Amino acid sequence: MRIGVLALQGDVSEHVLALETAVKSLDIQGDVVRVRRKSELETVSALLMPGGESTTIAKQLDRFGLRQPILDFAASGKPIMGTCAGTILLSSEILDRRGQEVKPLGLMDMSVRRNAFGRQAESFEKPLKIEGLEGDFHGIFIRAPRIARIGNSVKSLAMLDGEHIMVIQGNILALTFHPELVPDHRIHAMFLKMLRP
Amino acid sequence: MAETLNNQTYSYISGELLPLELEIEKLRFGTELLKRGFAKMQKGGVIMDVTNREQAIIAEEAGAVAVMSLERVPADIRRDGGVARAADPLRTQEILDSVSIPVMAKVRIGHTAEAQMWEVMGVDMIDESEVLTPADPFHHIDKKDFTVPFVCGATYLGEAVRRIAEGAAMIRTKGEAGTGNVIEAVRHQKLISGMIIKLKTLDEEEINGVAKTYAAPFGKLERKIREEWCDSETPKDYVVFGGLTMGQWEDRVGDLLIEIRDLQRLPVVNFAAGGIATPADAALMMQMGMDGVFVGSGIFKSENPAQRAKAITEAVAHFDDPNVIMEVSKGIGEPMVGINIEDIPKEQRLQERGW
Repeated sequence: MRIGVLALQGDVSEHVLALETAVKSLDIQGDVVRVRRKSELETVSALLMPGGESTTIAKQLDRFGLRQPILDFAASGKPIMGTCAGTILLSSEILDRRGQEVKPLGLMDMSVRRNAFGRQAESFEKPLKIEGLEGDFHGIFIRAPRIARIGNSVKSLAMLDGEHIMVIQGNILALTFHPELVPDHRIHAMFLKMLRP
Repeated sequence: MAETLNNQTYSYISGELLPLELEIEKLRFGTELLKRGFAKMQKGGVIMDVTNREQAIIAEEAGAVAVMSLERVPADIRRDGGVARAADPLRTQEILDSVSIPVMAKVRIGHTAEAQMWEVMGVDMIDESEVLTPADPFHHIDKKDFTVPFVCGATYLGEAVRRIAEGAAMIRTKGEAGTGNVIEAVRHQKLISGMIIKLKTLDEEEINGVAKTYAAPFGKLERKIREEWCDSETPKDYVVFGGLTMGQWEDRVGDLLIEIRDLQRLPVVNFAAGGIATPADAALMMQMGMDGVFVGSGIFKSENPAQRAKAITEAVAHFDDPNVIMEVSKGIGEPMVGINIEDIPKEQRLQERGW
């Protein structure tokens, strides 16, 4: 199988490497490719939307005609995972005042607030407890968004001081932190397991 | 910045004061991982120089991943002459308040106090830049002391490694800012990547030799004092800069060289800067393996900044697709005029600043 990383902007190579390691650890046949065109999206069975700048990625999505193809991809039941900026794009509503120009994909019933812990000086690291994973997972939050509300169909997989930081709705997985920046690829493996063989 | 009010922590976010329920003291801030991680989120993007709120909004609209706040773009600094310093904080604050993308700001080489000013204001990254007039003839800023990440310029591998050893979370080519001429950025990146490839052919002893040469500038002040006193012996435990002895700087540089040899790239994000003026210039740099692009004078000194800015972001996202480069380059107006490097006397070349 082939897994795609949306490569319009952001920390793409870190996710490619994490997915490749996860593929090996699960002992499955698969390769990881960068996706920037509709034709490339059509060749993959799962899509990862990386961290980066949500404003920039949203604009490039529309300029290069990827919005509808990603909506169709999700509707066909193929798994999508978003981290940080990717999560913002997956949401159905952006609450911060300047987010009004950014149109999210609306693939997940949740409201997010961007850079809601503050600017880079407020970026932080913290060990996390995640449902389905043993022990701690080291959380890296960089100018991270906060999930302000989730719908009934959305299930929370991890909390940080009373707030959702990792959620799942059907074939869509979203997290506000950066598992690709630590040498622990269990979350990427969890995503790969969402693929039906 | 977070602040406490009636035992509740609040944080200013996009101008709104929101409660922060986190137990702040249990979190770790300003680590190397967070600094380098921030830079990684900029990859595949364009960072644009802006001098006011209107330009910042145009840059964000165009798809910039961040803006660099400064008083004058490099082309104007070059034209005006005189001492170029950090921007007016009032102007930078206006820019911070007007966009949601990260805001960076420049400080003079070695000017720790200018950097502290930007850190308390809350800018997301500081550029210790040769575009401004250097403030310290001996040392760059000791960047490990800061929570905010730094980006620094480099003309070859030695400079890049010294800046990373001092704590820079991102490197960019110096190029020759304010010229609209890409040749120096190409020169610097070819030197850096060529040296990284060549590192593979060196054994440990040879790498130690390179490390000694590359670490030597950390001893600039100490050497000056020695010359003055005609004293050839310096104690081994003598701290030359940033809390480290000459031997410790050599070890740190040596360890970095080995890491770079094994990774076959810099351990931090590496952007192109200094002379990029067209979408094709940006694509050229990306094809050389750069992680992204800074555009300074190239946008707001051109005929149609909004359109050119947008075209450059698209060229960076699709740098390996000549059809996209061609399409986005069509009819975007005149680029900035540009200067030939040979026409600039050596002492006026910005890339010569820094050590």
